Amino acid sequence: MNEILQGYNFAYLDEQTKRMLRRALLKAVAIPGHQIPFGSREMPLPYGWGTGGIQVTAAVLGPNDVLKVIDQGADDTTNAVSIRRFFAKTAGVATTTDTATATIIQTRHRIPEFPLSENQILVYQVPQPEPLSKLEPSRGETRRMHALAEYGSMHVRLYEDITRFGHVAISYDYPVMVGGRYLMAPSPIPAFDNPKLHMMPALQLFGAGREKRIYAIPPYTNVRSLDFDDHPFCAGRAPHPCGLCGSETSYLDEVVVDNKGGRLFVCSDTDYCETRRAAGHVGADA
Amino acid sequence: MAYVAVKGGERAIDNAHAWLAEERRGDLGISAIGLAQITEQLGRSVDRVMAEGSVYDTDLAALAIKQSQGDLIEAAFLLRAYRTTLPRFAIAEPVDTANMLIRRRISAVYKDLPGGQILGPTYDYTHRLLDFALAAGTVPPPAAEAIAPEAAMPRVADILGQEGLIEAHTDDGREPGDLTREPLRFPATRDVRLQALARGDEGFLLAMGYSTQRGYGGSHPFVGELRVGDCNIEITPPEIGFAIDIGDVMLTECALVNQFAGSKTVPPQFTSGYGLTFGHAERKAMGMALVDRAMRAEELGEDANAPAQNIEFMLYHSDNIEATGFVEHLKLPHYVDFQSELETIRRMRAETGQ
Amino acid sequence: MPVALVGFADPVLDAQACFRAVLDAMARPGSIHQVGGTLVAPASLCPAAAAVVLALVDGETSIFIDPAFADAADWVRFHCGVAPTPDASVAAFVLAPDLPDLRSLSCGSDEGPEDSATVIVQVAALGEGAVYTMMGPGLQYPRTFRATGLPVDFVARWAENHKLFPRGIDLILCAGDRLAALPRSLSITGG
Repeated sequence: MNEILQGYNFAYLDEQTKRMLRRALLKAVAIPGHQIPFGSREMPLPYGWGTGGIQVTAAVLGPNDVLKVIDQGADDTTNAVSIRRFFAKTAGVATTTDTATATIIQTRHRIPEFPLSENQILVYQVPQPEPLSKLEPSRGETRRMHALAEYGSMHVRLYEDITRFGHVAISYDYPVMVGGRYLMAPSPIPAFDNPKLHMMPALQLFGAGREKRIYAIPPYTNVRSLDFDDHPFCAGRAPHPCGLCGSETSYLDEVVVDNKGGRLFVCSDTDYCETRRAAGHVGADA
Repeated sequence: MAYVAVKGGERAIDNAHAWLAEERRGDLGISAIGLAQITEQLGRSVDRVMAEGSVYDTDLAALAIKQSQGDLIEAAFLLRAYRTTLPRFAIAEPVDTANMLIRRRISAVYKDLPGGQILGPTYDYTHRLLDFALAAGTVPPPAAEAIAPEAAMPRVADILGQEGLIEAHTDDGREPGDLTREPLRFPATRDVRLQALARGDEGFLLAMGYSTQRGYGGSHPFVGELRVGDCNIEITPPEIGFAIDIGDVMLTECALVNQFAGSKTVPPQFTSGYGLTFGHAERKAMGMALVDRAMRAEELGEDANAPAQNIEFMLYHSDNIEATGFVEHLKLPHYVDFQSELETIRRMRAETGQ
Repeated sequence: MPVALVGFADPVLDAQACFRAVLDAMARPGSIHQVGGTLVAPASLCPAAAAVVLALVDGETSIFIDPAFADAADWVRFHCGVAPTPDASVAAFVLAPDLPDLRSLSCGSDEGPEDSATVIVQVAALGEGAVYTMMGPGLQYPRTFRATGLPVDFVARWAENHKLFPRGIDLILCAGDRLAALPRSLSITGG
């Protein structure tokens, strides 16, 4: 447990704000994939830097939770450090980098490689919750399209990719259908992570602070990446083993090591990589 | 080759913050700026930060300006974040600007009017010549003083209203919305729009108001009246049952008088765009009034094709705290997504044999 | 009327614990959670129902309280800072001693299915009694759930509600210091 900052409520937000968030979260769970408007507050971190995820975490977090925060899959990226410190300071909760012991994981842009369990909650930071925003900028109009489940324009957009490139050319924030009803933005995770959304044992909560929307995927919910029968969804990773732990299945960061085209591929999920190395796995560059 | 994954986010942040604090203080041989100096001598900055930060407190605004090295959007952000932690004691009675203690009051539609034209402390007719005497620290001579006139200063909108020449605004008894508690929903009513604009970015309102003058949604505005001064804030605690004065705030109010040809149900009359902001902020109040009127196009049965007339566009882009956060968030690492794009592009190039 | 009974002993942490129980109950339909064990509730209310009200209701939402719980109205007014609405059809929360006619409550709109009622129903027992089989989001496999005190035609009435999805009513069932939740997304058979 960490020392709590004096003069502020537990987890920073006042109780009335937490109740507002909690009411929105319950409706979000009851209507999987549907964006719930909420009275997002100004946080001491900028909009676009995780204010939605922070508000969701603040509403959910209790003194017995163990919090892990990752950005790009890593615990040590500066924004992950900043958010982890924020909760250590305002809620005094225990923090960890170990995926397995965390009860709440706040993430930006990745889903951990280790499968999550039923007693965990994954909180996503979402910059743009509206999957239709690039096709229709008016939120009044997209709200109507969701009401009517009118998603033909997204299928057309994917089909145009296929006719032009032979496959869908969306590599992150790849749209999904949740529970067969709502088109949903999974946040800018690489499409590689999309299959993990499907039937995940953990509860997944999504917070978009600037756009003032909350949505959720309950555990064990059907989540399908949009595709066509003759062009099934497929998402790859860099075709290399991790240079440090040798993993052939994890999502990789590409690190530029010199000016002569030298590249090193390492796991983006730092906890996954470290855990594997501690268990004796060794990559070619370790 | 041995590679060690990058570590040190914690230390980097600590070091960055220490450097920032040192840079903010600057040369230790120069005395530190005091908050009183900021409130007294940089009043227009303080006013802007209070308006966009949605907190009327000159001392807090001065601290925010000092803490942000004079970056006024950053300062407004500090106030907004602080505001989130403040409990709500009461909701004030509507401010009556007709009873404002006037510092400045001008009308462009009448040569003279009850209460007179009061130029007040304005830059309008200054020649924009850098004042090297100011740099040398010259103390200005005292300004002339006069006894404040007893005469009432009715608002121009009320004067026009007596003749029925301008649209009437009546209280529909509905509680006004509050964007700080409820998310924006459409159609957004005018009370909510005005709240958003009052918190909005001065530069955005200036540019969008300007665009209406250049033909993108114009509505032939006259400055009916611009007034600056102090207004009482009153609250009515339920246990007392009557209003009590809790202090004054300085406000700038701009009421435009705009042409309107009338419609099937309404005779030809003037309409109005309205701007109201904390502090002395004429540019902002005028931009707000231009934009407010432009956003009423649809309501008044006018064509609504210009950017300033698109309510959703205007309301979603007027807030500089939201805008700066999202623009600047592009500085955060995006290498996971970039990697997925790299793989996609490599795959596509390989497929086409390039 | 003075309100003699206190609310949560720790308003911050007890509310958080209760919310987490409701969140997990909603996310895993049929799972049973303990809440409000130490709470001294108004006589007609069970501790779980009282805790849910304290955790979720305030002046920024609305609640309808069934006349059978009239003794709780002042307690709710005092602790939640909200005057109960006399009109159940517009209430965001409905506190009832048995399942109300769901058709008479707000089920939200196509654009705003979240603008719908959450009904807090006090039942005789959870984990025993009639057996229901449920399927839907939150459940890996069809799951059985037992409750005493739901009406005999509950399955038919629920089917009508579920058919409205994504609109619809969500239920929080409370008995003693235990609760379970049934979100609208659930299909239920048996009974």
